[in-house]
Amino acid sequence: MLAILFATLVLHLTDLIILFVSTCANAWRIQGTESNDLWYSCVQNNGGHTCKGTGDEEWLQAVQALMVLATIFSLTSFIIFLCQLFTLVKGGRFFFTAVFQILASLFVMSGAIIYTVMSPKGKSDSESYGYAFVLAWLAFPLTLISGFIYIVLRKKE
Amino acid sequence: MAIFSILLSSSASLSPPASLVLELPVTSLPSSQCTAISVYTNWEKHALLGSDVRLSCSFFSWHWTSSEVTFSWSYRADGAKESTTIFHYTNGAPYIGTKGPFKDRLDFVGNPNRRDGSILIRNVDYNDNGTFTCDAKNPPDIMGHSSNVRLLVFEKVPVQAGVITGAIIGVVLGVLILVVAIYYLMRFLVARRVFSLSMSRHGKKGKGKEGSQQRQASGHLPPP
Repeated sequence: MLAILFATLVLHLTDLIILFVSTCANAWRIQGTESNDLWYSCVQNNGGHTCKGTGDEEWLQAVQALMVLATIFSLTSFIIFLCQLFTLVKGGRFFFTAVFQILASLFVMSGAIIYTVMSPKGKSDSESYGYAFVLAWLAFPLTLISGFIYIVLRKKE
Repeated sequence: MAIFSILLSSSASLSPPASLVLELPVTSLPSSQCTAISVYTNWEKHALLGSDVRLSCSFFSWHWTSSEVTFSWSYRADGAKESTTIFHYTNGAPYIGTKGPFKDRLDFVGNPNRRDGSILIRNVDYNDNGTFTCDAKNPPDIMGHSSNVRLLVFEKVPVQAGVITGAIIGVVLGVLILVVAIYYLMRFLVARRVFSLSMSRHGKKGKGKEGSQQRQASGHLPPP
């Protein structure tokens, strides 16, 4: 029982860290020395960065909002999980935790899909997706699995 | 008060050169900081194609606004190397350039007495993209930097960065808080309704009994 609890906690924390890193890291699309993410597009030159803010496009602002909301919901679900761990009746399910975690996974999924569809096609062949984009796509199934675990989990003892 | 009088008497007893040292200079101001004029304009101005755009220019000066205050606007198109003066205000009268891209389209809408030297450009076009420079002088305050404002003409004004983001986040969190509030309100109301439900059931039972008594009573009446 304790092992399952510990594993669930570790999974949730991993989800949270992945969501944070994906939202904030400047590595959604990489093209040589230029790196784009949700907030800035930076060019590396002579050891320094020259960044200008992106975010005039509507779809990019929607992706920003969805990623931030997914992070907030995952954080809220973690806090609710810790609360419910102590206040739930015996045999009760972690319903609220599961709801928030599944909502977070839906938001991450929507954000990743919108970014994949709407991001401008690479002008050169050297343009590739960075690790933050991969992490965003990874966060979706992990949060979904975590949410389902919370639906199935029952409080014993 | 005693200390004050002691100080007065001690200063009176000092020799004149020492008492001069005690005087504070009040008339001279540090010259490097105060005699520079600061001109303020916007950083960028966004305008829709065909609309009127007001370019505002204001200044700060340590001296009173004199009657010989001058404003000067010059324009440098995107890609051009030189700038041309398009407007000048001096001696209490505005002078609009008669040649150039803005003749007949430029109006002076400022108030020099209130340190405002704004101009209005009507019916902007894509050719008006460029940098406008405002230079204000308030004699004797003539040293200072001029200020630039970039004009950007759009067919459709783009949404500012972050507006949609904030709107989506706000709406979703608002809906969430609303759902939680409604949930707790329903729980509270159901708790109260349980109380009032038993009351109404009690009342209904009573009414039912009365109704059945009335029907029985009416049943005894002979039919007309």
